[in-house]
Amino acid sequence: MDHPTTSTLLTWMTFLPLGGAALILPLLLLRASGAVTKELGDQICRVIALTASGLVLVLGFVLWRSFDPSNPALQFVQHGRWIPAYNIEYFVGVDGISITLVMLTALVSFIATIASMPWWPGNTHLDEHHFTQHGVPGYMAMLLILQTGMIGVFVSMDMFLFYVFWEVMLLPMYFLIGIWGGARKEYAAIKFFLYTLAGSVLMLLAIIGLYFNGPQELMDGRLVHTFNMIKMAQWGRAGGYAAAPLVLGFQFVRIAWIALFIGFAVKIPMFPFHTWLPDAHVEAPTPISVILAGVLLKMGIYGILRINYAILPQATKWAAAAMAVFGTINIVYAAFVCLAQKDLKRMIAYSSVSHMGFCLLGMSAFTQQGIDGAVLNLWTHGLISPMLFLIVGVIYDRAHHRNIEGFGGLAQQVPEYAGLLGLAFFASLGLPGLCGFVSEFTVFLGSLVQWQLLTIISALSVIITAAYYLWAIQRMMLGKLNPAYATMPDVNWRERLTLYPLGALIIVFGFYPKAIIDLIEGSLRNLILPLQ
Amino acid sequence: MSSIGLPHFLIVGAALFALGMVTVVTRRNAVGILMGVELILNAANLNFIAFNHFVATPGSLAGQVFSIFVIVLAAAEAAIALAIVLAIYQTFHTIDVQDTDLLRQ
Amino acid sequence: MEHELASQNEAVARAIEVSWLWLIPVFPLLGSALNAFLGLRLQRAYGKRVNHAIAVGAMLLSCMVAEIAFWKMFVAAPQDRFFENHLWTMWQSGSLQVDLSFGLDPLGMMMTMIVTHVATLIHVYSTGYMADEPAYWRFFMWLNLFVFSMLLLVMGSNFVVMFFGWEGVGLCSYGLIGFWYEDLTKASAAMKAFVVNRFGDFGFIIGLFILFWSLSGVWSKTNQYLPERGLGSALVRGTSPEPARVSGSGTTLGPTLEFRELRNQVSDESTGMADRLKGMTLWGFPVLALICILFFVGAAGKSAQLPLYVWLPDAMAGPTPVSALIHAATMVTAGVYMVARLNFLFALSPPAMTVVAVTGVLTALFAASIGFFQYDIKKVLAYSTVSQLGFMFIGVGVGAYWAGVFHLMTHAFFKACLFLGSGSVILACHHEQDMRKLGGLRKYTPITRWTYLAACWAIAGFPWASGFYSKDEILWKAWTADGLSAPWIGPAIYVLGAIAALGTSFYMFRSYYMTFTGEYRGHGGHEDKERLEDPHAMAAHSHADAAVQAPSSAAAVQQVAATDVAHQHDHSHSASPAHDDHGAAPAHDDHAHDAHGHGGEPHESPSSMTYVLAVLAFAAVVAGFVFGWPAAWGGGHEPALERWLAPSLPAAEHVKFRELGHGTEYLFQFFGLAIASLGWFAARVLYLDNQSTAPARLKEMFPRAWSVVFNKYYVDEAYQATVVRGSLVLSRILYWLDQNLIDGIVNGVGFVGRSVAYVDKVIDERFVDGAVNGLANLTWNSGKQLRRLQTGHIQSYLFGALGGAIAFVIIQYVIR
Repeated sequence: MDHPTTSTLLTWMTFLPLGGAALILPLLLLRASGAVTKELGDQICRVIALTASGLVLVLGFVLWRSFDPSNPALQFVQHGRWIPAYNIEYFVGVDGISITLVMLTALVSFIATIASMPWWPGNTHLDEHHFTQHGVPGYMAMLLILQTGMIGVFVSMDMFLFYVFWEVMLLPMYFLIGIWGGARKEYAAIKFFLYTLAGSVLMLLAIIGLYFNGPQELMDGRLVHTFNMIKMAQWGRAGGYAAAPLVLGFQFVRIAWIALFIGFAVKIPMFPFHTWLPDAHVEAPTPISVILAGVLLKMGIYGILRINYAILPQATKWAAAAMAVFGTINIVYAAFVCLAQKDLKRMIAYSSVSHMGFCLLGMSAFTQQGIDGAVLNLWTHGLISPMLFLIVGVIYDRAHHRNIEGFGGLAQQVPEYAGLLGLAFFASLGLPGLCGFVSEFTVFLGSLVQWQLLTIISALSVIITAAYYLWAIQRMMLGKLNPAYATMPDVNWRERLTLYPLGALIIVFGFYPKAIIDLIEGSLRNLILPLQ
Repeated sequence: MSSIGLPHFLIVGAALFALGMVTVVTRRNAVGILMGVELILNAANLNFIAFNHFVATPGSLAGQVFSIFVIVLAAAEAAIALAIVLAIYQTFHTIDVQDTDLLRQ
Repeated sequence: MEHELASQNEAVARAIEVSWLWLIPVFPLLGSALNAFLGLRLQRAYGKRVNHAIAVGAMLLSCMVAEIAFWKMFVAAPQDRFFENHLWTMWQSGSLQVDLSFGLDPLGMMMTMIVTHVATLIHVYSTGYMADEPAYWRFFMWLNLFVFSMLLLVMGSNFVVMFFGWEGVGLCSYGLIGFWYEDLTKASAAMKAFVVNRFGDFGFIIGLFILFWSLSGVWSKTNQYLPERGLGSALVRGTSPEPARVSGSGTTLGPTLEFRELRNQVSDESTGMADRLKGMTLWGFPVLALICILFFVGAAGKSAQLPLYVWLPDAMAGPTPVSALIHAATMVTAGVYMVARLNFLFALSPPAMTVVAVTGVLTALFAASIGFFQYDIKKVLAYSTVSQLGFMFIGVGVGAYWAGVFHLMTHAFFKACLFLGSGSVILACHHEQDMRKLGGLRKYTPITRWTYLAACWAIAGFPWASGFYSKDEILWKAWTADGLSAPWIGPAIYVLGAIAALGTSFYMFRSYYMTFTGEYRGHGGHEDKERLEDPHAMAAHSHADAAVQAPSSAAAVQQVAATDVAHQHDHSHSASPAHDDHGAAPAHDDHAHDAHGHGGEPHESPSSMTYVLAVLAFAAVVAGFVFGWPAAWGGGHEPALERWLAPSLPAAEHVKFRELGHGTEYLFQFFGLAIASLGWFAARVLYLDNQSTAPARLKEMFPRAWSVVFNKYYVDEAYQATVVRGSLVLSRILYWLDQNLIDGIVNGVGFVGRSVAYVDKVIDERFVDGAVNGLANLTWNSGKQLRRLQTGHIQSYLFGALGGAIAFVIIQYVIR
């Protein structure tokens, strides 16, 4: 085989959370039989979830330490037969593009798990209706399954496996929003689920098309197609897919590209497929918003890079201008929409839409800086947006609403919270010294050379971004203290444990983004070489 | 007028069968029905004998053998049937078949 | 080897790597971090002196290292005055390499010295001025962080570190303008400052990108970027890791963000880079002009030039030491510093230089005219700052880089002195900053009075103080400038600049006379003639309410603020006694005044403040002779500062000026003196001792013109109506579309799906399921019917059997 098994680390990382979820099941039986009380059962579930995601984080750290950034090829490969009839393999591995996202997933999941714990002192505001208090075993199991799905998507190198994980991830998300969400949770959950599912149907069709038009190899004495992404990419680069027969009079590569792209664009989310995101975010409980913004949105861009860019370079070149235009629309349009928001969480959700546009713009320029910036933006946005959603969670837990104009003057009542909010907001608006700036700068630098006008229009959004964040700060934090919140408690330890690590990382990567860029650069260089 | 042939035997057999049949169908008394059955059996015996005589290979005794079997069986049958009738009588205190309609349920 | 090459080519600057430059900014950073994380606890446990001991201590350490650096540079040979300290590579992507590295050349050194020393003085001053402030720790946290950012800005050896500082000072400015954030007006001013600055930053960063790419390739007519392999490092789209090309003189060619490498490529003519840049166009514009103008947009944002100056007057909402440090002495000069830093680029593009100089002079004139009629002493100084920054841009625009930078330096001294003097006055008069309520202070605050007067001399341009030397050098260079787009522009700039200088002299002495002479008018009486005879006296009250709110950002904020105005005042006074102003307009004074219930005479400020004033006044007077003694006055050499800066300003040699001889220069210097004296005389006549009624009568004669100028030409209102409201309306429209059109389509698809499903359901129930159920019913019913045949009567069965047999016979018979 081309990629012999070298490590089982990724398998451990992927399935460890699933193992945790499996542990929770017998517990449910025990609880039902009355052998353990509800309280004890809940606590055990929480410990299991925390341990599992903590272990994944440790493994992620090990992965990072032992990854060789000078080698742009796949590392930590594990190979195994799965469904030989269709030559489907269990094939996992990471390269520079995915390792950052695997680490990000481990980190964000751990943070989200901490944020789901009602343990730390000072949680007096938590009442029995808080989502951390009801349906704990189910919640924790869903969280763990979700984690398996997410890591699985990033490590799969077999397209079928990729698709399976992609779908695995959807279901727990649906339940997490639909059961533990806010007032319109059913609407939001169904919208999220159906929207993503509609995208993945197109994706599935394209994957099947790629399979049957793809390379063949001799296995057990017969010629079979393959789902192996590496082989498909080699085939694609060599022009194999470009030579495929026309489909309904259109080139196969273009049809396949568009189908895949729409599937991924829903996830990014790209204008005009973005409207599920604000609803899902607004209704989801805080840790789920954290995961949604921190990890799930990254999958769209990851998929485009991993499949569209690597396997269909000809069509990618053909569609570059469209991607750049959509990226620009995302950036500017969503920034303006943010300005009109009254709901803090909705504003931040739209700002995620805006920031994901940077990725599209950067990667459509096919410059090293542009694509480096785009992938770096996945990482930086993956740090900043979870922090933003945690910030929203803090205020929502206390005030039970998120109306920006319903606060006022909070800075003097909750100074520590105000400081953290300022850090997160300024990081998101791209203040130099915080990591958001680095990716914005690199993306714009890389894209300007190809799309001058679009880049300039997009760069204008930095003004709008500053305006809506500062205006939000002003309405919430400055001015006279709203007497309704004269006794609002400042952040507690649970919130500190989630916010401070993210804040520290935001600053560290603001001054040393090299740690990330060095990991990704080699693989991305290979990715865009055929595109230039 | 020709000599007596097969049709004459058959006519007598058919008449016997018809009478037996009518007895079976119309009588409400189980013993009566049993008698009808005997008539039908004897109609069959008559036909056996007749066909043996007129149709079968000369020297064959198949018809007579069958008849004897039938007579033996009829005797056995009558014995069993009368026993059943007795059992019915013990259960229903009647041997009127109109009243013994348990199968209907 | 290096030395040999250096001797071959003067234009190539070579760096001496040192390892300690980072110490200069790191102390303020540490001080800021200490105050941020522990400040409140320390303040509660040990009192405020711990907070300022940390902050001032950090500044002193930073000063010390800066002085050592200065000394090392001073003793080095001019070509060795380039210190660099590379800390680490922040990131690298293709041909882009961003280092966290500091560099000091004579220009940066000068700025560093100004920043560290003026900042230290202002820290000391603040210990007195802010003594009553409850959030003392927060103030010093921001102040130290500001110094750190400012040092990044001036010491950064590349564009990105400079930009870190550039936005960092913006952040600190935001935090300090909005220091008393409980007053929404002040918070809005802070937000306005940040957002307006972002316009500038946008220009800066786009200019930087175009510059970066222009260094390695060319832009074709269709705006396609053609990586040129012949010249530059030939990094194709920044991907190829090919080694960079090196020119004959040892200069690395190709895209770079480092100032020194850029300077070497551009000013070393043997590389051909300058000629190539001059020949390039993008969208039909010369690339070089585009880059420089975009950089200047950044500079205009930070340095409050037309049309982005609007934030600076509002920024006076911050505490007065902040106004002195950030909005006069250091941060706002960053734009001037940047243009001087990039002199080698600007000098290559006459259109860009013209844009800079013309914007500068227009700003100088425009802001001076607004300064005429302001009553708020800090507003006068704010518009004066805008105007003086315009002068600096004239200097760097016409190519007299050293003169612009010199004015930056003298301005740092005299304007800091003026602001701190006004702070002293405000404190003396119990937080009163309307000049109509001041007056006669020379009796009560003698030290403040003398230092203020010295600074007025300096800014107005009298030869016994420093401003004369810098301002007249700028105007003289403008008159003789020969490097602009057209020959008449230079003299035109001179004329406009001279008028602005006249205005400067007038309004500065106006503020001096109104504040320090006559009788103290702060006792609640209404002797104020101007006010009584003001035809707008009543109108101004309601109007000024709007004027305060209108510039302050967004519409919704206004509504909140407007309904809240009276409330805020009470609140801010009771909550924090140190608040030094009550919104920015004179109309608020009455009730502010009453609310204060201030008793007693004005008093001189504590010694921590007066010493600082004295030091700054001294610097404002002597800096002129020491650093700028004109060559025409003898001494046999160029001014000291010009010689010092020469290694940093390679373009200064290439910019052409007409040679007009010393006689003409003396004549122009005399003009300068005459203008300053005229302004002084006019102010003296009109405002000395508050005697003359002429100002009020003039106002009555031209009420409309007066109110247009008093209301700053309604520029803020215009911005409010167009840009701010425009974006808000656009945002609402887009959101509406998002909710109703795009999400409408999504929900519409959902609705169509459900409708189809409903129809489906009907079809399913009626037809498909109907058939199935029909069959079942049929079976059921027929079963029910057939059941009747089952009588249990053996005879009826026999009947049936018989009937069947007969039927068979008959059928067989019939069919056969």
